Amino acid sequence: MVLNEQDYRLIAEIQGGLPLSSHPYAEIGQRIGLDEETVIGRIDAMLEGGVIKRLGIVVRHHELGYTANAMVVWDVPDERLDEVGAKLGALDCITLCYQRPRRLPDWPYNLFCMIHGRERDKVLGYIDRLISSEGLAEIPHKVLFSGRRFKQRGARYQ
Amino acid sequence: MATPAPLIKQAIKRTRRANSDGHPIALNDLEKRLLNEYQKGLPLSPTPFADIARRLGTSEALVLKILDRLQRLGVISRVGPVFKPKQVGASTLAAMAVPEALLAAVADQISAYPEVNHNYEREDSYNLWFVVTAPSQQRLEQVLAEMERQTGYPILYLPLQKQFHIDLGFPLWC
Repeated sequence: MVLNEQDYRLIAEIQGGLPLSSHPYAEIGQRIGLDEETVIGRIDAMLEGGVIKRLGIVVRHHELGYTANAMVVWDVPDERLDEVGAKLGALDCITLCYQRPRRLPDWPYNLFCMIHGRERDKVLGYIDRLISSEGLAEIPHKVLFSGRRFKQRGARYQ
Repeated sequence: MATPAPLIKQAIKRTRRANSDGHPIALNDLEKRLLNEYQKGLPLSPTPFADIARRLGTSEALVLKILDRLQRLGVISRVGPVFKPKQVGASTLAAMAVPEALLAAVADQISAYPEVNHNYEREDSYNLWFVVTAPSQQRLEQVLAEMERQTGYPILYLPLQKQFHIDLGFPLWC
């Protein structure tokens, strides 16, 4: 999808969040000289075009007690990557599942997934169960729990 | 006698700190439904919050009040778009292995970059993990190089190659 100058102004205006008011799209439009219909139409087009993957409430699960955040990294043989990625990506409590490059010799892992839970033991139990249910016993992995959060905010593109 | 404003501010700060110390905020049923059902699919109608309220059997005023409160408490960061990585600008996950004693100081250096939006500690020899976004690939690489120079630690550069999961938020029953 090709974005125009107007789209970038719109992105700049909405990326920090919509105003919590009765007519948020009209309000956004007023700030950048667009009418409500155009704002809604362009956001819809960006959703359709895949620039925006979702529009909604962005929850900070940490504040709700989801403090056990595990990044599980796997060293998947290249020929099994698509199969394993698709399996893991489809599981309910896995929020993200990405292929990233290996950086040998320091970093052999090429598949990353994120699991959130309220307690560390439960997350580890969940990982154990998925290793046996998805047939991943031979694939080396490690679990990196998150510790301190030094900074967290939505991506900015300006 | 009314409580002086500075004391109220202090009390609010204390509440926030208590939350980040692991006392989760409890949600009522309406709040849970709101968070479970509208992490995606915010109505693209002139009055999205009134539409949500109608579907949940409540009032627009209450929906707005809840969202405003949860945003102030930090439970939600915003109501708005989540952009797909790689579509607008360039971004990457990055990691550094920093001696434990220096971690907080190096983390502050990294957080100071406006291009960094997430910056976390993880339990590993690679103990500092952060996401860098920039308007272009060239600018992204400049920022990473600058970080390496400034901190003296090499960066593990881990850009996304393929996504196996569509991020639709995640349910609160996990």
